Amino acid sequence: MKYHGGHFICAVWKLDIRLWQLLIMASLLLAGVWFRDFSLYPAQIAFTFAAGLITQAIFLRLFKLEQHGFLSATITCFGLCLLLRSSALWVHPAVASLVMASKFLIRPQGAHLFNPANLGVVLGLSFFPETWVTSGQWGQDLTTALWLIAAGFFIARNAKRLDITAYFLLFYASLFLVIRVAWYGYTLPVFFHQFQNGALLLFAFFMISDPMTIPRHHKARILHAAVVAVLAYIWQYQLYWNQGIIWGLFWATFLVPLWNHLFPAPRYQWQALSGEHT
Amino acid sequence: MTTRLIFLLLALSISQTSQAFCGFYVAKADASLYNQASQVVMTRKDDKTVLSLMNDYQGELKDFALVVPVPQVLTEGQIHIGDAKLFKHIDDFSAPRLVEYHDEDPCQPPVMYEKMMSAPMPTAAMPQKAKSDKSLGVTVEAEYTVGEYDIVILSAKESDGLEKWLQASGYKIPKGASAALKPYIKQNLKFFVAKVNLKEQNKTGLKFLRPLQFAFESPKFMLPIRLGMINAKGPQDLLVYILTEKGRVESSNYQTLKLPSNMDIPVYIKDNFADFYKALFETQVKKQNLRAVFTEYFWNMGWCDPCASEPLSYEELKQLGVFWLNQNSNAPQVMSGGGVPVQVTRLHVRYTPDSFPEDLSFQETRDTENFQGRYVLRHAWQGKPEQCEAAKTYFEQLAKRHEQEAKTLAELTGWELSDIKKKMNLNDAPDQESTDQWWKKIW
Repeated sequence: MKYHGGHFICAVWKLDIRLWQLLIMASLLLAGVWFRDFSLYPAQIAFTFAAGLITQAIFLRLFKLEQHGFLSATITCFGLCLLLRSSALWVHPAVASLVMASKFLIRPQGAHLFNPANLGVVLGLSFFPETWVTSGQWGQDLTTALWLIAAGFFIARNAKRLDITAYFLLFYASLFLVIRVAWYGYTLPVFFHQFQNGALLLFAFFMISDPMTIPRHHKARILHAAVVAVLAYIWQYQLYWNQGIIWGLFWATFLVPLWNHLFPAPRYQWQALSGEHT
Repeated sequence: MTTRLIFLLLALSISQTSQAFCGFYVAKADASLYNQASQVVMTRKDDKTVLSLMNDYQGELKDFALVVPVPQVLTEGQIHIGDAKLFKHIDDFSAPRLVEYHDEDPCQPPVMYEKMMSAPMPTAAMPQKAKSDKSLGVTVEAEYTVGEYDIVILSAKESDGLEKWLQASGYKIPKGASAALKPYIKQNLKFFVAKVNLKEQNKTGLKFLRPLQFAFESPKFMLPIRLGMINAKGPQDLLVYILTEKGRVESSNYQTLKLPSNMDIPVYIKDNFADFYKALFETQVKKQNLRAVFTEYFWNMGWCDPCASEPLSYEELKQLGVFWLNQNSNAPQVMSGGGVPVQVTRLHVRYTPDSFPEDLSFQETRDTENFQGRYVLRHAWQGKPEQCEAAKTYFEQLAKRHEQEAKTLAELTGWELSDIKKKMNLNDAPDQESTDQWWKKIW
C-alpha cells in the first residue's frame, strides 16, 4: 500500500498493532478508574507495571532475548489492572511477576501456553487472599458496549484473529439463546442484558483474540472457540459459578497444544497495520 | 535487588483499620423513608442459605399471598417465623448516618481527642382451596401451617397450568404471570406459596405479619425479584442485608456501586437528614438510569464506628440464620482485630421491570474493606476573628469550607445552589470566586 499523506501517517501505519491495543486498554483503564468506580488504587497500577516489566527484563536477559521488547508485557499489565481487584497492595505485582515468568517457563511446542492475563486472574482467584473479579464493573451501558466493540473490532481485525472473536461470540450467544431463551423461556432483554456486559466484550475482543496463545490453524481456532464457549456456559449457567468465560478459556488452553499438533500451521508474528512484520 | 523489591512490596498493604471518628452519630436514614420498600435478609455460607422476608403488606390480611420460587421442596423444619424487630435492628445498624464535629478553638493548641469507643411479593386474593390437579401439571408437594401462615409447596410442569391452578385456587394472578413463572419451572424450581391463616393470626394478637424465613441449599446465590415486578406500577425499592462469613457481597450481573460517602455537608442538614439522603439516593439512581445496585454499608458485625445502633447479638444473628458461629459463646466470637466471622453488606436497589430484566445474582468477594454511608457536619467555632492571628486564618478557611459544603450538597442532591446558600446564610458572605478574579483588583 502506498500513502502520500506524508511521513507521519506512514510511521503510524507501521507501528506494531500492540501499540494500538495498548492505547485502547490504557484509555479503558483511565475511564474505568475515573468514571466507573473501579476500586483500584494508583499504587496498585504502578506496582503491577513495575513488577511485570522488571520480571520481563530479567527473563529477557536470562534467556538472552534482548531483541524482544516490552509491548506484550505492558498489555498484560493493563489486562491485570482491568480485571483483578484486591484490597492488598502486593497481590497485583505478585501476580504480574508470576505470569511474566510463566511465559518463559511454560513453553510446550516452543511458545508460551497460557494467555498471561487469563492465567493471572485464575492464579489471583485461586491462591491469593483478598482478591476477586468484579464482572459487573462495566455496567450494562450501551455506549460502553459499542465503544468496546468498535475498538475491539479494530484490534482483532488487524491482528487477523477476528475469526476466534466472532466464533466465540456466536457459539456463546447460540448456547444462551437456545437453552435459556428458547427452552427456559427467558425474555430477549435478558439476553441483551447479558451480552451488553463490558466484561464479556472485553474478553471476546482482547483476551481470547490474543494470537500467541490460541491455535495457529483457522479450523482449530473454530474448535477452540467452541470448547471455550461450552465450558464457559456450563461453568456460569449450569454450575452457577462465577467468571465462566475466564475459567472456560483457562481449561480450554490445555487443549491448544493438541489442536496445534493436529492442525499444523506457522506461528503467528506480530504485524503493523500495514501488514508488515514488526 | 529483585528480592529486596519484592519484600518491600510485601511489607506494604492497604490499611483496613478505619480511623476512629470523633464525630457523634446524630441521625440515620433507615428503611422507613421509602414507600413500598421490600426488605430481605440473606444469610449464606457455602451453598446454605437462609432467606428472611419482611412483609410491609398494608392491605386486608385475607387478601395477602406470597409466591416465592425455591430450589427444593421445603420441609416444615426449614420454614420459620422470624421476628420483625430483627429487621429493625439490622436496618438501624447499617443505615447511612450523619455525624457531627465541633471545630476546635484555633487560638488554643490542638488537643488530642479520646477515641470514640464503639462496641465491637405479589399480593392476591385469598386462595379458597389448594387442590392438586394432575391435568394442570401442578402437584402439591407439601402443606404446612407455620405461625399465621398457611403454606403450600408446589411443583409444576407447565407455567400455564400453574397460572390456571393459582387462579382456580383463588389467587388473583396478574396477567403475564405465566411468562414470568416459566423460567423457574423449566429449571425445576418449586414454588413456596403462603397465605394468612386468619385464625392463627388472631392468636398472635399482632396487627402486622411476621417475617417468613426459610433455609435451603442451592448453588445459586440469587434473589428472585422478577415475580414481584409483574404488577408493579412505578420503581420499587429493595433493601438486601446479606450476612456472610468472609467478604463483601456484590451483584454478579448488575453494576454495584458505592454511594458517595464521607462528605462534609452544611450543618442545617441536621434537621432534615432524611430529605437529604432521599435526594442523594434519587440523584445517584437517576445518574445510573436505575441500572445499578448501591452498596450502603459493608462492615464486620463485631463493631461499628460510629454506631448507628449496637451490633446484632449472637442470639439475633442466629435467628437470622448465621449457623456458623460458635454456639458456646453468648456474645459473637471475637476474632483478632475485634471482628467476628460475620460480615454484613447492605445493598439498596431501585428498579423497574425494564431496568432489571433478570433476577439479582450475587457473589461474595474477598474484599474486607469497610464502607459506610457517612455524612459529616462540622460546627464552626464560635469566636471572633480578632481574638488571635490563627482565628483570622480560621475564618478565611471557614468561608471557603462553607462554599465547598454548599457545592457538595448541590452536587449530591441536585438541589439549587442558590437555595442552599440562602439556607446557610452565605449570601452576605463575600463570593470567594469573584474576589479571586484578577480584574477585580484593577478597577
